[in-house]
Amino acid sequence: MIGLSSLPVEALQTVGLVLVEAMVLYVGYGALTSALEPRLSEALRNR
Amino acid sequence: MIEGLLSSGMALPAMFVAFGVLIGVLFGFFGMGGSFLVTPALLVMGYPSRVAVGSGLAFVFGTAVIATLKHRDLGQVDYKLGVSMIIGTTIGLEVGKEMVVYLEHLGMAGFIISVTYIGLLGGIGVFITYTALKGGGGGGIDHDEADGEVDADDIPDIAKKIQSYRIPPMMTLRGGIQVSLWMVLLVAFATGLLSGLLGVGGGFIRMPALFYVIGVPVPIAVGTDLFEIVFSGGIGSLMYAQLGAVNLGIVVPLLAGSALGARVGSAATSLVDEEGIKIYFGLMLLGGAVAVAVQEAGKGLDIGIAEPISLVLILASALMVAGAVVVSSVRALRTEDEGPTPAAAD
Repeated sequence: MIGLSSLPVEALQTVGLVLVEAMVLYVGYGALTSALEPRLSEALRNR
Repeated sequence: MIEGLLSSGMALPAMFVAFGVLIGVLFGFFGMGGSFLVTPALLVMGYPSRVAVGSGLAFVFGTAVIATLKHRDLGQVDYKLGVSMIIGTTIGLEVGKEMVVYLEHLGMAGFIISVTYIGLLGGIGVFITYTALKGGGGGGIDHDEADGEVDADDIPDIAKKIQSYRIPPMMTLRGGIQVSLWMVLLVAFATGLLSGLLGVGGGFIRMPALFYVIGVPVPIAVGTDLFEIVFSGGIGSLMYAQLGAVNLGIVVPLLAGSALGARVGSAATSLVDEEGIKIYFGLMLLGGAVAVAVQEAGKGLDIGIAEPISLVLILASALMVAGAVVVSSVRALRTEDEGPTPAAAD
């Protein structure tokens, strides 16, 4: 089982990087969607 | 750990981003399913079993973090149930991981994992295709139902039966449901074992199990399942990262593409009826099962062409369904804009 003493820093860094990437993507794509979705929908309707 | 990101050039990350977009569209639209194409694809591409499973788990972890952040705002997470399940899931994950390591030692890991995938993808694919052809539900999350409340009378009979076994300690879930902690741990262990063995989130089994076996209302089952996947995926990733089996050169581009695709897929849910596309989803799973079977047969019979054929089958299956979702959405958007026909207006 996982023990604190047996957790190499590199393993924590790897998983931490995935967590940070997920949060950045959530916020970043959220902002991007809010900004672009209405324009994109309009463009698709009019094509 | 960054070496993995830099060593593979640009073509491979670009391919992972594109594959991630396909998977994201499927996950965003169907609420499940994309992630269990990742590990077979990595196996077919020739990655070692533990890297395919470990990287698949890390991808599932990232995807679940993003999805849980959305569901948290909707109040669809039973934290008490989620935390209780983490115990059973962690034990299941550890057993699954040890099984992979042991099977690798025996030189059978790739074969056993592939055969399990063929059974799971094939079985679920047949079930979904069959129910879609018959016009029934099942095999996916009903988006409208997930947003509404489920009446207590809608609890499946099997869940009522299981709730009647009052083996202490009992726990009270949201909506006043009482169930034995042991049943919760059992479901969590079984799905944790699958996660550890196959590198999947286990949501396509856990979510139905929470509803059919424990009787948790569908909206809460969806949110709690995702919350649980954050932990099972996180703990599983950590276990495999300790073995050096999480390749960030795979996970980072895959997650970037998937998060974008999930936005498109989730926007499509308000435009397209899931029932019309479900048959493609079932066929996609069958395509995945055939791809893994072709790869294994190619290995056994030493046929070199089998591997590229498998990869093309997996990518083509995902592309077919994601394409169907996007094309149907664009059509629906244009039809919506044209307004109701005179007949419909009546």
